[in-house]
Amino acid sequence: MNELTIVIATIVLAPIVGGLLFGIDRRITARLQGRYGPPILQPFYDFFKLLGKEGIAVSKMQFVWIYCYLILMIASLLCLVLRADFLVLVFLLGFAGVSLVLGGFSTKSPYSHFGANRELLQILAYEPVLLLLAVGIYAKNGTFLISAITAHEEPMLASLWPLFLAVLYVLTIKMRKSPFDIATSHHAHQEIVKGITTEFSGPFLAIYELTEWYEIVLLLGVIALFWANPLWVGLLIAFAAFLLELVVDNIAARMTARWMVRLSWSIGLFLGIVNIAYLYMTKGVF
Amino acid sequence: MGWITKSRVKSPWIMHFDNSSCNGCDIEVLACLTPLYDVERFGIVNMGNPKHADVLLITGPVNRRTGRVLRNLYDQVPNPKMVIAVGTCASSGGVFHNCYNVLGGVDKVVPVDVYVPGCAARPEAIIDAVVIALGELAGGRRHFWVKCPHCEQDHEVTDQRWTI
Repeated sequence: MNELTIVIATIVLAPIVGGLLFGIDRRITARLQGRYGPPILQPFYDFFKLLGKEGIAVSKMQFVWIYCYLILMIASLLCLVLRADFLVLVFLLGFAGVSLVLGGFSTKSPYSHFGANRELLQILAYEPVLLLLAVGIYAKNGTFLISAITAHEEPMLASLWPLFLAVLYVLTIKMRKSPFDIATSHHAHQEIVKGITTEFSGPFLAIYELTEWYEIVLLLGVIALFWANPLWVGLLIAFAAFLLELVVDNIAARMTARWMVRLSWSIGLFLGIVNIAYLYMTKGVF
Repeated sequence: MGWITKSRVKSPWIMHFDNSSCNGCDIEVLACLTPLYDVERFGIVNMGNPKHADVLLITGPVNRRTGRVLRNLYDQVPNPKMVIAVGTCASSGGVFHNCYNVLGGVDKVVPVDVYVPGCAARPEAIIDAVVIALGELAGGRRHFWVKCPHCEQDHEVTDQRWTI
């Protein structure tokens, strides 16, 4: 019964928190650019407007995949709040990303295909880092369970700080912020029309935005795990990471997909492997 | 007003299309997005994709080639949609009205909701036109008295069309 309450509260509250975070994002970005900026509730206005618009069907498969994207993302978030297996969380997040890619590929539009190809490159760039994080968690706790992380007194940040830096990098890629807004980008930025979301319109674009709100809550939750005891310190760290992403977004220009993969694999994988090798040497065989 | 109507008024996404304009009006449209006017305060965002847009801002006279493109773009915008003709050329063809390749104003190809006069149209007039279009989206038809930038006299703007 208690778990059911947590599930319902997550499904209801996560999009509200995510939407407000995106509202804060747009306001802070505007202030950094010397503008006044839209109201904090602007993402919700956009969402309800999109719900009321006509949905133009280019290919019906597209809609199956966008619903898959939403459901898998919610499932991944539920893994986090129910303190289940971290490895399952990473795989569900990966499946969600692949659903979006298939949604992009299910139309004939070349812009959508370009976006989907680039989204695949983004998955290629961040997925190994998340898997290394799972291995790092196993090396530290001897289990993939998130409940073991939250039960631990010592914060994960103390021994896994190189992986924390790598995950910050993943956050920029997943939030689609500059320099990594390659597959598609946020308001007032354009990249080959609108990348992977080009063919989504009306209510289906609204579902995409809703999924992004769940996604940001999930990613900040993963960052909060680095200081899970007490949790409020972790949440503060996650919010600080979110603000850092906004600053990076405004001072960086968009780079190419190839550059992203090269940098992610050299820095992210290097940090992750060094971290795990160090744990292996100090703790012996896991 | 329901949630969706209220949200519609607060989040018009604009797509800007240049027919065969001299770029004077295009620069004024872009000026609306700069920190001086900052239309994002009202949720107005410039979109590059017709499938995400609510309002089409069209500049320049329609010629035989851009007419086809414009019609295609208009068909790709999901309903409900609004069309704003920005500048004298987009409203009537302007100084190009009797060129051999020019069809005339935007309303020769797609239905127009608001006409913005001026060569080039001022950013304030463009923002005003979007406000009138939003009034139409919200369901109420309003009457405005607007000072004409050329003759300095007040003109009544009825039924969302400028009667200059």
